[in-house]
Amino acid sequence: MLNYYLTIVLAPLAASVVAGLFGKQIGRAASHWITILAVGLSFALSMIVLKAFVIDGMQAENISVYTWAVTDGLRMEVGFLVDRLTALMMAVVTFVSFMVHIYTIGYMHDDPGYQRFFSYISLFTFSMLMLVMSNNFLQLFFGWEAVGLVSYLLIGFWYKRESAIFANLKAFIVNRVGDFGFILGIAAVVMFAGSLDYAEVFSKSNEIAAQEIVILGDTPWNAMTVVCILLFIGAMGKSAQAPLHVWLPDSMEGPTPISALIHAATMVTAGIFMVARMSPLFELSETALAVVLIIGAITAFFMGLLGIVQNDIKRVVAYSTLSQLGYMTVALGASAYSAAIFHLMTHAFFKALLFLAAGSVIIAMHHEQDIRKMGGVRKYMPITYWTALIGSLALIGFPGSAGFFSKDLLIEAIHESHWEGQGAVYWIAYLSVLLGVFVTALYSFRMFFLVFHGEERMDAETKSHLHETPWVVTVPLILLAIPSAIIGWYTVEPVLFGPFFDNALYETERHDVIARMAADWHGSAGLVTHAFQTPIFWLAAAGVLTAWFLYLKRPDIPDTIQQKATGLYNLLVNKYYMDDLYIKGFASWGRSFGNFLWRKGDELVIDGVLVNGTANAVGRLAGVLRQIQTGYLYTYAFAMIIGLTMLLSWLIWFR
Amino acid sequence: MNLSQYLLSILIWLPIAGGVVALAIGNDDELGSSRSSGMRFVSLGTSLLTFVISIGLYQGFDNGTSAMQFVERVSWIPSLDVWYYLGVDGISVPLILLTTFITPLVVIAGWDTIKVRPAQYFAAFLILEGLMIGVFCALDGLLFYVFWEAMLIPMFLIIGVWGGERRIYATIKFFLYTFLGSVLMLVAFIYLYGLTGSFDLFKFMNAPLGLLAQQLIFLAFLLAFAVKVPMWPVHTWLPDAHVEAPTGGSVILAAIMLKMGGYGFVRLSLPIVPDGSAYFANFVIALSLIAVVYIGFVALMQKDMKKLIAYSSIAHMGFVTLGFFLLWSITAETGTVLGISGGMVQMVSHGLISGALFLCVGVLYDRVHSRQIADYGGVANTMPVFAAFMVLFAMANAGLPGTSGFVGEFMVIIASFKANFWYAALAATTLVLGAAYTLWMIKRVVYGEVANDNVAKLEDLNRREFIVLAILAISVLLVGLWPAPLVDMMNVTIEDLVRQVGQSKL
Repeated sequence: MLNYYLTIVLAPLAASVVAGLFGKQIGRAASHWITILAVGLSFALSMIVLKAFVIDGMQAENISVYTWAVTDGLRMEVGFLVDRLTALMMAVVTFVSFMVHIYTIGYMHDDPGYQRFFSYISLFTFSMLMLVMSNNFLQLFFGWEAVGLVSYLLIGFWYKRESAIFANLKAFIVNRVGDFGFILGIAAVVMFAGSLDYAEVFSKSNEIAAQEIVILGDTPWNAMTVVCILLFIGAMGKSAQAPLHVWLPDSMEGPTPISALIHAATMVTAGIFMVARMSPLFELSETALAVVLIIGAITAFFMGLLGIVQNDIKRVVAYSTLSQLGYMTVALGASAYSAAIFHLMTHAFFKALLFLAAGSVIIAMHHEQDIRKMGGVRKYMPITYWTALIGSLALIGFPGSAGFFSKDLLIEAIHESHWEGQGAVYWIAYLSVLLGVFVTALYSFRMFFLVFHGEERMDAETKSHLHETPWVVTVPLILLAIPSAIIGWYTVEPVLFGPFFDNALYETERHDVIARMAADWHGSAGLVTHAFQTPIFWLAAAGVLTAWFLYLKRPDIPDTIQQKATGLYNLLVNKYYMDDLYIKGFASWGRSFGNFLWRKGDELVIDGVLVNGTANAVGRLAGVLRQIQTGYLYTYAFAMIIGLTMLLSWLIWFR
Repeated sequence: MNLSQYLLSILIWLPIAGGVVALAIGNDDELGSSRSSGMRFVSLGTSLLTFVISIGLYQGFDNGTSAMQFVERVSWIPSLDVWYYLGVDGISVPLILLTTFITPLVVIAGWDTIKVRPAQYFAAFLILEGLMIGVFCALDGLLFYVFWEAMLIPMFLIIGVWGGERRIYATIKFFLYTFLGSVLMLVAFIYLYGLTGSFDLFKFMNAPLGLLAQQLIFLAFLLAFAVKVPMWPVHTWLPDAHVEAPTGGSVILAAIMLKMGGYGFVRLSLPIVPDGSAYFANFVIALSLIAVVYIGFVALMQKDMKKLIAYSSIAHMGFVTLGFFLLWSITAETGTVLGISGGMVQMVSHGLISGALFLCVGVLYDRVHSRQIADYGGVANTMPVFAAFMVLFAMANAGLPGTSGFVGEFMVIIASFKANFWYAALAATTLVLGAAYTLWMIKRVVYGEVANDNVAKLEDLNRREFIVLAILAISVLLVGLWPAPLVDMMNVTIEDLVRQVGQSKL
């Protein structure tokens, strides 16, 4: 199937190159057609690949495409590892990308950078596919950085906006902080396993776990713990886990289609995918798993809280994405890799849907993004309304929706994941994800009610133009709403309890929470009927009711709370002051330090004292010595006499 | 007569002869006159022909042996046993190719932007090209030294004649710095000559040397090469030289002349004084890591684009010396070759990227006559094609995988992890710092609203500029996507070098 894989990867790349380099010559329509056809082809072939696995029972394929370089016995290759995990990711990536490509025709209709935009999103599709299809760490890192590059280019797509070019620089640098750990993790893998190839590294996982490394002082660390934590730092950057989450909300400066594609459905899940892919490594370090668990829990709960106070429609969804990424991370930390990937998949559909729905509202509102200036949009935009409702219900885990199956089972898995030596970490994680359900429902429906229901707060001018968006926008909404609503029913059993992942994901017996849950599994319908007896459902319901009460019934209360609890409100509005810490703290400290080294180190000490100092000293010395050369004969004669006297005296006394 | 026997001599003397012809055609300040065009076409033709011939070198080169190839050996000064002795192996060929590749681009880039004494300008670059190739081929110490020092003269003139306002300060600083270092190298050569009775580098390598002698020779070499690389703290000539040099001068300086230092380490220091190198290895590693981190911070604060790129060069060259001297800190079976290959790849890659970045700054400078970041902003609005190139090269400078900038850094970081976790951790800070200083510059120069009238009046790349930058862009991507040919060229030579250096002379 190598030809299929190559076509899947290269078609978007070729389209991107054509649209990027020759976009002007071939024009707008040709640019969007060529990119859409290419990604459509990728999607179709990805579905064939997925079918080959699911229906025809194809085995995982590990193919080397070409040798990048070989030196010192280290083979650096480009190749594909396509197994069920990869096939699922390929299907999700190409499907969402395909939808976003179509949607973009409508969203970017009047933008002068139309061709450039299509070129970028196709390049993104290529990069993301390289990432998920890789069979080695080198190509993983290539894809990892390439999606980062496209994310940078797209956040700063409107490069005249100061806020956009600030956000893209921030995103790139924060991601690079994560990559700092990631590349060290890869270096550690090479050191302990002597290879970059997944299969080879995984086969040596026990050898890695048997080694130790001293980093600080005399305390030896388990090599696997070091490897996994370093790799996970990379995931924290890419998947925006606290404290490296700060770039994601700002990334909303980019056009909405890419917020859906890159900053919700696909790129930000790369970290989740990576950890799942590395499950044979993470499984052997409970310390690393505990780190993953706690970081995920913090992100899931605390980022959700921030969603409640945001007024920008896209930022609400962005914080929701952060929180949901936290959920996936928690699942990884609990060794429930399949639950994490399952949630990744359903989330890709409903979150892309929510973003595109938000974008639809934004177009209709003439690029107004403040939800305080919306309200009652429901009657003007019925398709957007209903699809957004489906997305929101899926997000809060309404029984039967795609999000319900993934989130319910994810939380259940964390509940089950109680193993010896875990201690408080377990309870923190479990309570975070449980309370997070209430928070999710609250911020989701706060936004939903403020946008679609209640009083119409927009100005008359906007209201007069308000109408449903064109079909290129609504069709992707509908096509994404369908899986958001129903895909859970059919996929949950094979993906979580069935044979779907086969041996693509690995859990040690001690950590195999999914197997324990399988004993209580009585089919999708069973889970839905059972749902009403779980705290998860009631917490979500309470969240929706609270949102309804606070924002539709008694809209005066939120203001009162805001005035009464200024401390808490400020803490949330200022995002726990993390941005201030980074920008006023680290970044400005870095600049002062750079200035200090430059002015004091280079200019004052090295150049001033050493270089020019030496030169000046030589100059002064020469100046002094020059005084002796008076040009008068008697001076020289006098010097000769003195010299002669000294020489003679020395000869007489010391010889 | 088989020409390939004299291939190296042709590569050295052809550009020098072309330079002399260009000088003979002489100055004609009228651009477009037949004489002036003739001179330019002679220059371009010579540099292109040299490049074409160097492709023959690449094709004829055998990757499978570490022995010297294309050897020429003719007696030069019989009384001193000095030979005109040339030869290449896997560490010199890539650098020769880099030289012959970059020089035509510099000639094209200076085509009509040089208004003052153009004949001498082009001649200086051609002669410089020949001398630089000479350094990479010479296998006789004295011949090496002659090429090494002669190289300074054209560069001295290039900065001194076509340079900016403070060019005299910069040239003197450049000359004294580099000369001071190389004189000590001569002293070391003379000592080794006294010992072996010859200037043959292979005799130097086989000379029995005590630890003290090795240490002293190493220090002499270190100073010569550290200044060229340049390593912290003998780097301060570079920003000044770059700022004052004309665009072409900066390109050659960054792309090739800095590589002389790195080349000297692998060609001379490591094999001639292995124990001396071992003794000072940790010292050199420390200096390299300081270069990466310290200079990374300094680069962040630069207000002048050329200075910023110059500082970035120092930080990137830190990877070269780091990779070369990891040899003794790695106890594992593998990793040492990786470090040196990584350093070599980094040299080639840095040649392409820094050259391209200096050309980009040159493009802006030709239009606005300013190198200050603050004088720009929103260039992407008026020069979209240029902006695309600049962002690509910036990303390469930040070490993005898929560009050449990643390859060497990746290899060196992996190798240094095997030596010591903290070496790798400090080296890897370049991921953050490199991105920060490069992309912050991009943000301020390329992105944003049109900042002023100068930017509003900018015209996008002309055909000549486009060709030069496109060729560099393709090569940066090619090396990044498929470094195997480059790495394969060096593998055997480096493996042999590691074996040789591993054997103590004591």
